[in-house]
Amino acid sequence: MPQHIDLSLIDWSRAQFALTAIYHWIFVPLTLGLAFIVAIMETIYVRTGDEEWKKITQFWLTLFGINFAIGVATGIILEFQFGTNWSNYSWFVGDIFGAPLAIEGIMAFFLESTFIAVMFFGWNKVSRRFHLASSWLTAVGANLSALWILVANAWMQYPVGMQFNPATSRNEMVDFWAVLFSPVAVNKFLHTVSSGYVTASVFVIGISCWFLLKGRHTSLAKRSIMVAAIFGLATSLLLAFTGDGSAYQVSQKQPMKLAAMEGLYQGKQGAGLVAWGILDPGKKQGDGKDAFLVKIEFPKLLSFLGYRNPDAFVPGVDDLMKGGFKPGFEPVNSLEKGNTFSVEEKISRGKRAVTALGAWRDAKAAKDSVKGDSAMKELRQNFPWFGYAYLNSPQSVIPNVPLTYYSFHLMVYLGLFFILLFAVVLYHSTKNTLESQRWLLWAGVIIIPFVYLASEAGWVVAEVGRQPWVIQDLMPVMAAVSKIDATSVMITFWLFAALFTVLLIAELKIMLRQIKTGPKEGGTH
Amino acid sequence: MFETMSIETLQSYWWIIISILGSLLVFLMFVQGGQTLIYTIGKTEPERKMLVNTLGRKWEFTFTTLVTFGGAFFASFPLFYSTSFGGAYWVWMAILFPFIIQAVAYEFRSKPNNLLGHKTYEWFLIINGLLGTLLLGTAVATFFMGSSFLVNRSALTNLADPAISRWMDPAHGLEALLNWRNVALGLAVFFLSRVLGTLYFINTIDHEEIRVRCRKQLLINIVPFLVFFLTFLYAILIRPGFAVRPMQGIIYGEMNKYYHNLVQMPLVLMIFASGVVFVLLGVALPLVDMHKNGSSGFWYAGTGTFLTVFALFCMVGFNNTAYYPSVYDIQSSLTIHNSSASRYTLTIMSYVSLLVPFVVAYVWYTWKAINNKKIDEAEMDEGEHTY
Repeated sequence: MPQHIDLSLIDWSRAQFALTAIYHWIFVPLTLGLAFIVAIMETIYVRTGDEEWKKITQFWLTLFGINFAIGVATGIILEFQFGTNWSNYSWFVGDIFGAPLAIEGIMAFFLESTFIAVMFFGWNKVSRRFHLASSWLTAVGANLSALWILVANAWMQYPVGMQFNPATSRNEMVDFWAVLFSPVAVNKFLHTVSSGYVTASVFVIGISCWFLLKGRHTSLAKRSIMVAAIFGLATSLLLAFTGDGSAYQVSQKQPMKLAAMEGLYQGKQGAGLVAWGILDPGKKQGDGKDAFLVKIEFPKLLSFLGYRNPDAFVPGVDDLMKGGFKPGFEPVNSLEKGNTFSVEEKISRGKRAVTALGAWRDAKAAKDSVKGDSAMKELRQNFPWFGYAYLNSPQSVIPNVPLTYYSFHLMVYLGLFFILLFAVVLYHSTKNTLESQRWLLWAGVIIIPFVYLASEAGWVVAEVGRQPWVIQDLMPVMAAVSKIDATSVMITFWLFAALFTVLLIAELKIMLRQIKTGPKEGGTH
Repeated sequence: MFETMSIETLQSYWWIIISILGSLLVFLMFVQGGQTLIYTIGKTEPERKMLVNTLGRKWEFTFTTLVTFGGAFFASFPLFYSTSFGGAYWVWMAILFPFIIQAVAYEFRSKPNNLLGHKTYEWFLIINGLLGTLLLGTAVATFFMGSSFLVNRSALTNLADPAISRWMDPAHGLEALLNWRNVALGLAVFFLSRVLGTLYFINTIDHEEIRVRCRKQLLINIVPFLVFFLTFLYAILIRPGFAVRPMQGIIYGEMNKYYHNLVQMPLVLMIFASGVVFVLLGVALPLVDMHKNGSSGFWYAGTGTFLTVFALFCMVGFNNTAYYPSVYDIQSSLTIHNSSASRYTLTIMSYVSLLVPFVVAYVWYTWKAINNKKIDEAEMDEGEHTY
């Protein structure tokens, strides 16, 4: 029955969301971090009165502006896409999800867009202090907007603070603070913004290293490196810390995602963390074969990190399919306390919830309160698995394991490498020996694309790893999609792909020219 | 404070907030209107540079207001968001695309090595100005004329086809362009935005030739604006509207509904009438060269635009009216009561809305700080940031 839903529509709609989100995320991290770096540089200028710092501030501000514009361009479609392509989702959870989006607009976007105009046009129009305040407010605005959209995203991964209302066929918010301060939201926000700070730090260091290699603008380069290395080292440690916090939340709330991140099919007690490994491309769920062609593990580390207990049982994909194990955490659904359900059981319960919803609506229309009460009881009991009813097969709860696994490991390797890079760069920066370390300067330049790769990989883990759910356990993609024809979405997908690619090339060309021109003649300041 | 309000009051409060944002958006579309005039009013490169730069300092307000309007509509009336955006797919996509290209156009236009050349980015601005206003006006006209959709909350129990809202016209929103009444409002918004754009140029640019050409454009654009706006107004006042029986929530056709709304809500009628007067006054001031050479015409016409659009939103949302009617299944029509967020969410959001006056205050303060002196050719060469 559910297979009647047009699969190509779902695939194109997912592809379009992924495409637009990936493009948007090329630009956002730099905005989040560079806003603070520019504000720090301007603060030094205002405190010291040194004109060199003003020049440095304005050079990075020019690059910030170019990046900001295309970030805005790619962002608008994301907000409206929840409605255009995921309209059923918009109704099913709009009562909770819409609020952070609106708050983002009122609280953050106006702050950002108002004061960024002062940053660019206010140098000779407002006082130094007001200009400095505008730079900080722009940075705060950008990061506040990240807060609200990440709260919304976290809620989709761990829906809290709401109750389903059968009369309106939607979930309704009952506790705003639970939504805002959910542990998933807190970790996700800090982890994501700190990834932006690290991105901006690598960006500033990389370009400055290039200046040093060319022997140009050396004073600007050295001062910029000092700021970026300190900012980068501090925030990369925060990144690692909140990364651990995020994964700890995943192991509690999305164990299937954790299993995919580690390529873990058969769970075990005292599970090791894969340090390096190649997955067997022929591996199928339930075939009993080893998932890896080759791997090196840190013993017991996955159990320790995921459950804070080196001997804890970490369920794999097979265990989560079959159920029947005692979960290591207080489960999201108390009925699974002693013994987790199999996916088939969850599908059956999901269908009971959906049937009960229909029965409740019928009873209400017939004004039969006895039938209504009994349907309501059945609905409430089984609602935690509501979304399972729409699945095509039990296997559809398994995300793309190789993509999630490789993305996760790539992100972690690079994240750890950045800490090392910042430490070494900072060491040579304080000793004033940077220029003699040509290898380090080259490494600084070459690493720039990798910080973007790491950042995008993080989102692939978060979003591919949670498939097929748009809202964990409550709504899969097939029940969320708008009722439009796949061809329409295919056309808009290619339009976005073409337009964003052209704009990206234009942005890169402009950015490279501005960097090549350097601070004095660069930009239009 | 808001906790004690009934859900009906909260729904009305949020319709007012939506109306304020919608009215601000139409006023701020002076940026779009101005963009369509950069070649008509700017005859030389330095002139065009001044026009683009004076608009470039404000474009983000319009953009941000559009995004906030969307977000606030989502939070307060989510059924509209899911029904209209997911259904009228093509018209919304056609509105969004021009805003994507606008967002890069200012920043990239004058930068060296910008791949497409400065003329392409200027054409991005013109396309945004034309389509953004025309299509948004056309889309808003469907609030009065209706669209073809079905809402069925029980669909969620149909596992094979659970979509609650579905659009019944295969053109997915573009069909609105086939109704001349919708297009009349679209064209009215387009010409109004050009009127506001010229007034903004007069307000912010110190350049004699530009001022002379702006006054000419003012006359050229106010006439079609009035023709199209009055045509639309006449069309909606004489035709049946979509009324609601409040107790049962039943929707039915009522002859001259929007005329009745104006008469039955005298305050709205007064706001509407004063809005029209303000717009005409704003246009007249520069033409007769009064009040600082007509500089303040922009603020009069801007206030007038805000008031008129606000009154239109009140006409379509209040007095037991369905603000987003369905001509396919009239009972699927959306009202501020059947499409709103829950009482809890509206209450939370109402507290958030208290931030709006602060936002308006700092926007106003920085606007004055940046625009305290008119733009002239000398400023363009001073080495400040320019587009």
